[in-house]
Amino acid sequence: MSENQKKTEQRRPVMGPGGGPAFARGGEKPKDFRKTTKKLLRYLKPHMIGIIVVFVLTIAATILTIKAPKILGQATTEIFRVVMIRNTPLSGFLRTKMDFEKIFQILSEVGLLYGIAAFLNFSQGYMMAGITQKIVKNMREDINNKLQKLPLRFYDNRSHGDIISRVTNDVDLISNTLQQSLTQFISGVVTIVGITYMMLTINVRLTLLTLITLPLSAIATVLIAKRSQKYFSAQQKYLGELTGVSEEVYGGFPVVKAYGREKDEINRFVEISERLYKESKKAQFITGIIMPVMNFIGNLGYIIVAVGGGILVTKKTITVGDVQAFIQYSRQFNQPIMQIANIVNMIQSTLAASERVFEILEEEEELPDRTDAIELETIKGDVKLENVKFSYVPEKPLMENLNIEVKSGQMVAIVGPTGAGKTTLVNLLMRFYEIQGGSIKIDGIDIRDIKKYNLRKHFGMVLQDTWLFSGTIKDNIAYGKDNASEEEIITAARMAHAHHFIMALPEGYDTLIGEDSANISQGEKQLITIARAFLSNPDILILDEATSNVDTLTEVYIQRAMKAIMKGRTSFVIAHRLSTIKNADIILVMNEGKIIEIGKHEELLTRNGFYAELYRSQFLGAMVENA
Amino acid sequence: MVFKFAVKYWHLILITVVLVAVQSLISLYLPDLMSDIVDKGITKGDVDYIWDVGKMMLLVSFVSVIAAVVASYTSSVVSMGLGRDLRNAVFQKVASFSLEEMNKFSTSSLITRTTNDVIQIQQATNMILRMVVMAPVMAIGGIIMAVNKDAKLTGILAISLPVMLGGLGLIAAIVAPLFKSMQKKIDRLNLVVRERVTGIRVIRAFNKEEHEKGRFSEANLDLKRTSLWVNRLASILFPYMLIVMNFTTIAIIWFGAKQIDAGSLHVGQMMAVMQYVLQIMFSFIMISVIFIFLPRASVSAKRIKEVLSVEPKIIDPSNRSLTWYESDYEIKGIVEFDNVTFAYPNAKEPVINNISFKAEPGKVTAIIGATGSGKSTILNLIPRFYDVTSGSVKIDGIDVKEIPFNVLRKNIGYATQKPIIFTGTIRENIRFGRNWITDEMVERAADIAQVLEFASKHEEGIDYHIEQAGLNLSGGQKQRISLARAIAGLPKIYLFDDTFSALDFRTDAKIRLRLFKESKNSTVIVVAQRVATILNADQIIVLKDGEIVGIGTHSELMKSCEVYKEIVYSQLSTEEAM
Repeated sequence: MSENQKKTEQRRPVMGPGGGPAFARGGEKPKDFRKTTKKLLRYLKPHMIGIIVVFVLTIAATILTIKAPKILGQATTEIFRVVMIRNTPLSGFLRTKMDFEKIFQILSEVGLLYGIAAFLNFSQGYMMAGITQKIVKNMREDINNKLQKLPLRFYDNRSHGDIISRVTNDVDLISNTLQQSLTQFISGVVTIVGITYMMLTINVRLTLLTLITLPLSAIATVLIAKRSQKYFSAQQKYLGELTGVSEEVYGGFPVVKAYGREKDEINRFVEISERLYKESKKAQFITGIIMPVMNFIGNLGYIIVAVGGGILVTKKTITVGDVQAFIQYSRQFNQPIMQIANIVNMIQSTLAASERVFEILEEEEELPDRTDAIELETIKGDVKLENVKFSYVPEKPLMENLNIEVKSGQMVAIVGPTGAGKTTLVNLLMRFYEIQGGSIKIDGIDIRDIKKYNLRKHFGMVLQDTWLFSGTIKDNIAYGKDNASEEEIITAARMAHAHHFIMALPEGYDTLIGEDSANISQGEKQLITIARAFLSNPDILILDEATSNVDTLTEVYIQRAMKAIMKGRTSFVIAHRLSTIKNADIILVMNEGKIIEIGKHEELLTRNGFYAELYRSQFLGAMVENA
Repeated sequence: MVFKFAVKYWHLILITVVLVAVQSLISLYLPDLMSDIVDKGITKGDVDYIWDVGKMMLLVSFVSVIAAVVASYTSSVVSMGLGRDLRNAVFQKVASFSLEEMNKFSTSSLITRTTNDVIQIQQATNMILRMVVMAPVMAIGGIIMAVNKDAKLTGILAISLPVMLGGLGLIAAIVAPLFKSMQKKIDRLNLVVRERVTGIRVIRAFNKEEHEKGRFSEANLDLKRTSLWVNRLASILFPYMLIVMNFTTIAIIWFGAKQIDAGSLHVGQMMAVMQYVLQIMFSFIMISVIFIFLPRASVSAKRIKEVLSVEPKIIDPSNRSLTWYESDYEIKGIVEFDNVTFAYPNAKEPVINNISFKAEPGKVTAIIGATGSGKSTILNLIPRFYDVTSGSVKIDGIDVKEIPFNVLRKNIGYATQKPIIFTGTIRENIRFGRNWITDEMVERAADIAQVLEFASKHEEGIDYHIEQAGLNLSGGQKQRISLARAIAGLPKIYLFDDTFSALDFRTDAKIRLRLFKESKNSTVIVVAQRVATILNADQIIVLKDGEIVGIGTHSELMKSCEVYKEIVYSQLSTEEAM
């Protein structure tokens, strides 16, 4: 709202095509890895016991899952033993029966292991869901509290989209990672260590053989990640450009048409589209080969185990069941490597997200009220600015030694071209920003000695940028006063000349105002905000007159409503209408953020300065006079 | 529709399908080889045989990986190429729209159709090419192979498959609605934060911080509760899948052992069946995933089709032979509305009704009226953003429908109320692709429109680069550039759609002063909100509900037109109006 500051509303880019594992896509990295990790850990700390339990459960489940193939191997070995004996020439005499009791026992044991593992895994996920949601809820709540304490400067200097995205998207990412990645990481590491251990207990030589494939899959992962991350980021870039072109052309359609620029735009689009095609083709290709390559390495491992195992079995060094267990292990081996690569990437972007969240939480806060600050019951409405000094940025001084005296009930008109910083005064009066020198006094009391909420209670504000929240019209008017009665609301609406149009709506006062409240015009919205101000019954008023897009009749209503609400109250009006300005007791003429002239209409005209020029250019119809 | 675009890639599609089939068959063949290694190699202690089969396995998996890599390439070319073609087609189609067709879609919806929807189709194509072929081949082939090894053992699938799919279906059925509700609660939190941030001044002015904090907390708690359940339920999913698979393995070993004991099965065969059964189960999971994804893609395809199937109504007449037209014809710029009525398609009421007036070169015609009275519509009919429903719009006595687009648009300078700025330099924005505009013409326009005044503060002058959406310019600066764009082509007809009200008064006055001095021979039609700015127009057209209720100069209208008087008095005090 402050006109001096530029806001860059950034859109989050569209996600590019092509899924693929996280490690192949790449992502942001935190600026300060250690610091952010520490801060994030602070949130985990209260739940440390729970997290440890979750980790223990995960580790136990993983170990059980690893152990199972080895035990299962015993069953195969038993089956094999019988088969081998039958294959010997004298099998007729030896006709051993298969020991089904033993097999059953083994299988039950394995079944139990798998059952327990599944249960542990589920419990782990269930518990972690609780912990994660609590952590994330607290984090959001911290932001919630923080938002209250942040000065207006923060809101004015940052893009709204960025703040919102930090509260929602970034926290969501943290939530997802906590829920899944942490335990996956643990189980991945345990799996690799555990499998290696299990294989070693079976046979050292065969283990070493199997491990040959490990560096292969690691190298493949790294190589693929390196290339694909490059393609993915290029793809993201061109996709962004393409969206940019579409936005410009579709958004600026009348102009594109009026000047016949379609061909140029098509060429521009097709060119970027082609580049996007090339990059996303490569990205897609790489993603597509990850699984086959990993499978190939897996098969390689399988052959090594089969051949090596076969040789060892014939030499009677190990049993067939062991070979089978080995085969299962070697298949499980390559998966966790990719998993860990994914998670490392996830954790990185999560830390980057946390960093953004912590940035908000660590923003400098507004000064609290002085401990000896007072509350005023009623005020007359005398406003006095003495030697006020203020600037948004030190390099650009705006107000130096500003002196204005407004008596109770007077009207101050603030005029000036767009971008002249007319809201600055509002910012100072309401203590949205603090002055840097001098003082602002109400009824002779420095506003810094008054509690902020109490000060603001005496002010009423109607801005051109009509802010209504999603809810009914009634709720929106009632915003001005806690526990306002239905009667009070309707009275306020009547005084604001809003009652009539509200009743004309099918739902009346219960009409919902949404983000796309097409049924209510801009002017009517302003009437609602005036009603809101009426209800709050302020002693001092701040008004912003609408400039455009209000139809004639509503305009008449707005003027009447504004006149009515100003009656008997000290008021500051950001004025666009000549009648308002002429009736003002004091006119403040602003340009480039500074107050350059102060006086009454006639005085300023005779001075023949900026105001006089402004007045002539706007109100005397320069169009044809000068043509 | 989408299929039409895919035809071009038929040979690559064919290659992909064949390669994927090869890949699938090999994955089916591998367990067979593995079972051979066990049955004929390990059992018999035949190391040579193990080696032979091992080499075979290696060869086969090598062929498989090559097939996969090539298929990955071809399918990427097809899916991304298809995406590119669709994208370009959509964009070109939209570029051929008039405002009438544009209005059917919102801008953001069109952007989504050009980007997100195309991406959806790309992804779906890629998936179809790989999975849709692979999954059935694997499932059916797997069943054949497994049955071939041992039909009875394969029978286990009759239990584990329904258990697996049924369980997954059940979980999905419970989680999906919860997930949807969670999404809604995220949106709710988003909304609360958005209102909190955008309305911060009002919130603080009315001391409503606590109230807003409460709303946030409420939304936060609500979201927490739902996502807690979503995540808890979702954590059943993976253990469930694993347990079904593991128990299937156990069952196979148990029943396998019995058959081996009876002498009707080899150990290797049992292990092969185990592999096949797991593969089959995976294939079915894959198929259900496809069924989740395809509807999403088909929605996107439909949305794209909607754009592509629009036939623009307003067509450039330059392809026809025009009796009046000679290439050296110079437009004078007399604009005439003859009994013009315009209604949006399917609208009950016309926006403007029986409008007739004449705007002449060297004169300023102003149009005033309440919002929704049809002011902008009148302007829009001149460059043919829309075509009239009845009556005619003429320039120099020629129906605009008979004037080639390039002639029409070369002679019109148009500027909107909200400036439209493109990425690029200021110069490019003023020239706006019209190569016949010389640098001198650009600079002259920049001078008149007061662009130079602020551009000269930058080192690059009017070659200063503008970021996307003009983020590094103020609103007034953008408006000046947009005006310079209208001025640069030395048009015979100026159309200003409430252009000046966005400028501050001084700049407004300066620009108008210069502009009307230097373009005395042009027709100016201006839509206005502020009465003060049109007081001295040569002719003022007063609109009410789409009809002309008064036409004349200010002083004439003050005597004769009630609507005009009402508008004037709402803005000016009595003595100024006179």
